[in-house]
Amino acid sequence: MLATSNRRVVPLDAPRLVTQRPLLVAEGLVKHYGRIRAVDGVSLSVYPGEVLGIVGESGSGKSSVLRLLNLQEDPDAGRYTLDIPAWRGMDLFGLSRFDKRAVRTRHIGIVYQNPYLGLRMSYTSSGNIAERVLLAGERRFAALREAAQESLSASEFPLDRMDDVPRALSGGMQQRVQLAKAIALKPALLLLDEPTTGLDVSVQATVLDTLKRLQRERQISMIIVSHDLGVIRTLADRVMVMYRGKVVEVGLVDQVFEDPQDAYTQQLVHAKL
Amino acid sequence: MTTSRLKTLTANREQPYSYAFLDAYAKRELRRKILKAIAVPGYQVPYASRELPIARGWGTGGLQVTLSLVGPQSVVKVIDQGADDSVNAANLRQFVARMTGAATTTDTLQATLIQSRHRVPEERLREHQTLILQVPDPEPLRRIESNMARARELHADAEYGQMWLVLYEQLVRFRRYMAGASYPMMVHGRFVMSPSPIPRWDNPKLHQAAHLTLLSAGREKRLYAVPPYTDAYSLEFEDVPFEIEDQRQWVCARTGARNKFMNEIPLPDGGAKYEISDTGYADKLVERAIDGPEANTLGETYYDDEGNFYHAGYLKPPRRPA
Repeated sequence: MLATSNRRVVPLDAPRLVTQRPLLVAEGLVKHYGRIRAVDGVSLSVYPGEVLGIVGESGSGKSSVLRLLNLQEDPDAGRYTLDIPAWRGMDLFGLSRFDKRAVRTRHIGIVYQNPYLGLRMSYTSSGNIAERVLLAGERRFAALREAAQESLSASEFPLDRMDDVPRALSGGMQQRVQLAKAIALKPALLLLDEPTTGLDVSVQATVLDTLKRLQRERQISMIIVSHDLGVIRTLADRVMVMYRGKVVEVGLVDQVFEDPQDAYTQQLVHAKL
Repeated sequence: MTTSRLKTLTANREQPYSYAFLDAYAKRELRRKILKAIAVPGYQVPYASRELPIARGWGTGGLQVTLSLVGPQSVVKVIDQGADDSVNAANLRQFVARMTGAATTTDTLQATLIQSRHRVPEERLREHQTLILQVPDPEPLRRIESNMARARELHADAEYGQMWLVLYEQLVRFRRYMAGASYPMMVHGRFVMSPSPIPRWDNPKLHQAAHLTLLSAGREKRLYAVPPYTDAYSLEFEDVPFEIEDQRQWVCARTGARNKFMNEIPLPDGGAKYEISDTGYADKLVERAIDGPEANTLGETYYDDEGNFYHAGYLKPPRRPA
């Protein structure tokens, strides 16, 4: 019997989630648009290398949360810290416009559902990636080409089309260009706002494959917003369910989807066709 | 002597026009804004652009600056794309002379105020001279940021990375920098400015220049300056140097000169001949060819006859064609 054996006990390492500090901590986010309370006291944390899914119906505040985390908008209340050099422990909402832009450029990548939001459609695809690298201060043409090639091949974009304009590309390829732009500077945090919505199922599968491989290889922390539970189930470790601007349930994906506790989550899981 | 001359010019109270057309308050405001522009090189200072008897887009910005600086002792030269004799240049020159009693000239060396549309003269300007460039669009960031409020934020933060995106696109598509005019420059290491649509050839002339350059956009109501002896560098990648127009093989049909900025004149047989764009300079060369070297004084030029720029080392050697 193991329990009675007198062998010396090897101390186990403490679980990573205990020793590691979360990469992202956001507390009490509140955001109004006019009279509408779009985000109502949302708190969340993401650990290094973890993928957090956010689900909820349209208008539940998922994308508003993402815009706040991308420092695109200022919240009405709340605190937001990222565990990144130079800004460790500081409330990012309190930064100046200049510093916010520096954090966004170097440490946060975002992929929008609508590629028109994230890309310059009449500039070359490689130029779109080069823009990121330029903002970080690179001024050598050869280095920009290299960075664009590296980033585009990481997002599995065909390199012979790297100098085509995104306007001339298919929806799936546009998303890959957005992804390449987002990961060009190896950000700590990648925000995905419905990255595969609007793509057909086979393209969606390959884009999700790329995302999963990137996540595995680079250990990027991701937050993925989607109303497609399948996407969340494929990618995410943990899931956060939102309803009317509030978080109604948080937990491991399997746990939440197999045994939903909240009434709204139950409805959402069963509403799957 | 100046004051007495000014008195004779302004004594007549019956005169329906102010001296130099603009009223005293307008001129005072412009001068204050000019001082501010000189104090912050490359910064676009907003000003109240007045109505003038010419249409917006025909040099109202430059003309207002000229009118606020001109005095009875000034010698005014007006250039339009290098030419002194085009309709627009002649009209502006005549207007300034009529409103101020200032002398006019076509000789760069004699002028104290030079209002120019899109050229810097070939002969080097001196400390006592002021170059006034007419600017159609003062905002170099317009190509990458269409929202002007955002563009001003980018200027304030010196966030110019995206300007290189434009250069990147040109290199990717055409393998060389394509902007033929309005090639953006970094002034005094702080502000990126559009040097008005002067050819790339003229960009280096603003760097560590002896003269004061004032740039004014009447329609856009912005003026900015490159003060004397100020650094001004054309934007470039570290590994792909900025280049001026390659006209080394071109010979002026009027004067036989080389390595001055040329106009290309298409011929009926499909070929082309070339003429020096700076007509004031070309006329002097022609005069000397006919009457000998004592016909006039020829100033030193920015580019010598071999095409070397007068600030040695400022222009990097041209790239080998890739």
